[in-house]
Amino acid sequence: MTRRFDPYPHVLRLPLILWQGAFFVIPLIFMAAMSFWLVKNYKLEPNFVFDNWTRMLGRGAFWDAYWITLWRAVLAGIIASAIAFPAALFMAFRLSEGGRRFALLCLIVPFFTSFLVRAYAWQVILAESGPVNAVLGGVGLVPYTMLNSGFGAMVGYLTLVLPLVVIFQTWSLAAIDRNLIEAAGNLGATPLRVLGSVIIPAAKTGLVLGAVFAFIMTFGDFVSPFYLGGSKPPTLTILIIDTTKSGQQWPRAAVVAVVMIATLFAVASAALRAAYGRRG
Amino acid sequence: MTESRLHLTRRRLLQGAASVALTAPMINRAWAQEATQINMLGWFGHAEPDIVAEFEAENNVKFVPKYYAGGDNMMALISQSPPGTYDLILSDAEFVQQLNAAGYIEEMDASLYPFDDFYPEYMNFPGHWTDKTLWSVMVRYGLLGVSYNTDALTREEAMSYNAFWNPKVTGKVGHFDWHLPSLGQVSLLNGNKAPSPFDIDEAAWTAVKDKMMSLKPQVGGYFDYGGTFAGLKNGEMLAMVGIGDWITGVLEKDGAKVASVIPEEGGIQWTESYSIGVGTTKHEIINKFINYMLSPKGQVKSIQMAAYPGLSPTKSGWKAIQEANPAEAKRSGLIEGDDNDPIKMLREGRLFFRDVPKQQSLEDWNDFWSDYKSA
Repeated sequence: MTRRFDPYPHVLRLPLILWQGAFFVIPLIFMAAMSFWLVKNYKLEPNFVFDNWTRMLGRGAFWDAYWITLWRAVLAGIIASAIAFPAALFMAFRLSEGGRRFALLCLIVPFFTSFLVRAYAWQVILAESGPVNAVLGGVGLVPYTMLNSGFGAMVGYLTLVLPLVVIFQTWSLAAIDRNLIEAAGNLGATPLRVLGSVIIPAAKTGLVLGAVFAFIMTFGDFVSPFYLGGSKPPTLTILIIDTTKSGQQWPRAAVVAVVMIATLFAVASAALRAAYGRRG
Repeated sequence: MTESRLHLTRRRLLQGAASVALTAPMINRAWAQEATQINMLGWFGHAEPDIVAEFEAENNVKFVPKYYAGGDNMMALISQSPPGTYDLILSDAEFVQQLNAAGYIEEMDASLYPFDDFYPEYMNFPGHWTDKTLWSVMVRYGLLGVSYNTDALTREEAMSYNAFWNPKVTGKVGHFDWHLPSLGQVSLLNGNKAPSPFDIDEAAWTAVKDKMMSLKPQVGGYFDYGGTFAGLKNGEMLAMVGIGDWITGVLEKDGAKVASVIPEEGGIQWTESYSIGVGTTKHEIINKFINYMLSPKGQVKSIQMAAYPGLSPTKSGWKAIQEANPAEAKRSGLIEGDDNDPIKMLREGRLFFRDVPKQQSLEDWNDFWSDYKSA
């Protein structure tokens, strides 16, 4: 017996497929193709040569930027997850439904302002003449250089990702079946054991997704390393800007972008496998 | 008896008159001639009200600017646009011949501009002419030297590029994030003056790279236009490589304790000039605007531009600023014989025009700049 073709689900998913095709897949293919083009007299010339790849991948500056970007993204994912977890636990298990809604709203409010504006605000706060150093000076400590450093960049990254990580973790923790936690307690498990053996495994998907979102957003962020990190050292996003600024070298910038996307695909795939994989 | 629909009562007359009165401004507006749009490609500030508003009002034109930051960025923008997109192009002098080679600008009629009012050194500015053909008209310039926080360094200490290596500013030396001015200044420190700090052989280029790398422990960051302002203003950066009065002049007016000097090794001159974009049909009004900017009134505006100050290449411009704002004339050295007189410095061989590298490719310099930043 043959099944009747039902077009309904296909029609529903068509807009998304069209959107992703037009604004993600086609530009991605174009960008990958452009990485083989050449620039002559500031004009792009379609070609198929590997010059841009050999030149970019053969440069120490590229790999320095790659490793620092990767390291900072991993670090931001870990720090954001660690800071977010206690807050998410509190919001999921201690707050009432209304209180949780209010807390989530508070986490969304920062997104009402442009991230660039928030970064400029941090410039004022972290400056040597800023309020943080004024407080440190008040208790007899010497001014600490926070701006134009890795610390400054990390403050920017966390400003960008922390609210999202808290939201992911809270949703995932709030969805845990409370009977499981009670059962573990009734069976004599200590609170720490309940956390490690019940809560974290049950909330694994949200915890991993939060961390991976933090990684993705940090990996591609330009504002934090540039405006708060002082481009010191440059990350891949800064390298892209430098490359396009100099001699219209979009093909070489495309090489950097393709490597970034490949890295993000690899990390996101591994993370999703970890998040949705079989629980041991 | 029914009233005729055409019967004109006093009330209806008044209503009609009121309607006409209310709609009259719209009719006038529709009848008024549409302002001519001039599309300008330039550095930020050149089409802002302090510069163009008066000209716009007098000539019924409207400037529509597209701003860039750096010559490479300008070339990138123009190469992505069809011919005729930009009527007027404000370019750094060293990029004029690249604009010309790529066919983006038109030949200009030298007789239309007041070259006899120019200081002789700027009448035939290098790169603006090919033989006797004019491609660009210089409108303003400025000087790059040592920019510093006056609380951190004395003027004497700042009178050499070695100030950037001074332990007093360790970790507080900023770079304007563009390779040409920073590398040009280090080239000058290395003694590369003849023919130019940008015309150096491979041995000298290697020495410049080594010297630049030795500055790395002093560096606190690399900044764009806004970041450079903020860094100097909030004291995060105590000395800045690759800039000059075009940044500190604005900050000084704002009360910041910063200054710029032309050190003993010499300064680098940036030069901005107007070219006419290929494909434009608005030659008459563009030429009128260029002449307006070269007039004493235009030069006073240019010297005091809100975005960043510049110097005047015309004698009448100097005279006009001395009368209009003697303090600014003194501050910027636009007084013949003054210690900071740029023409005097040029004649003494202390100024060098910013240029693209002559014996290496721009790519070589830029690649080194990326290596330096990530070192």
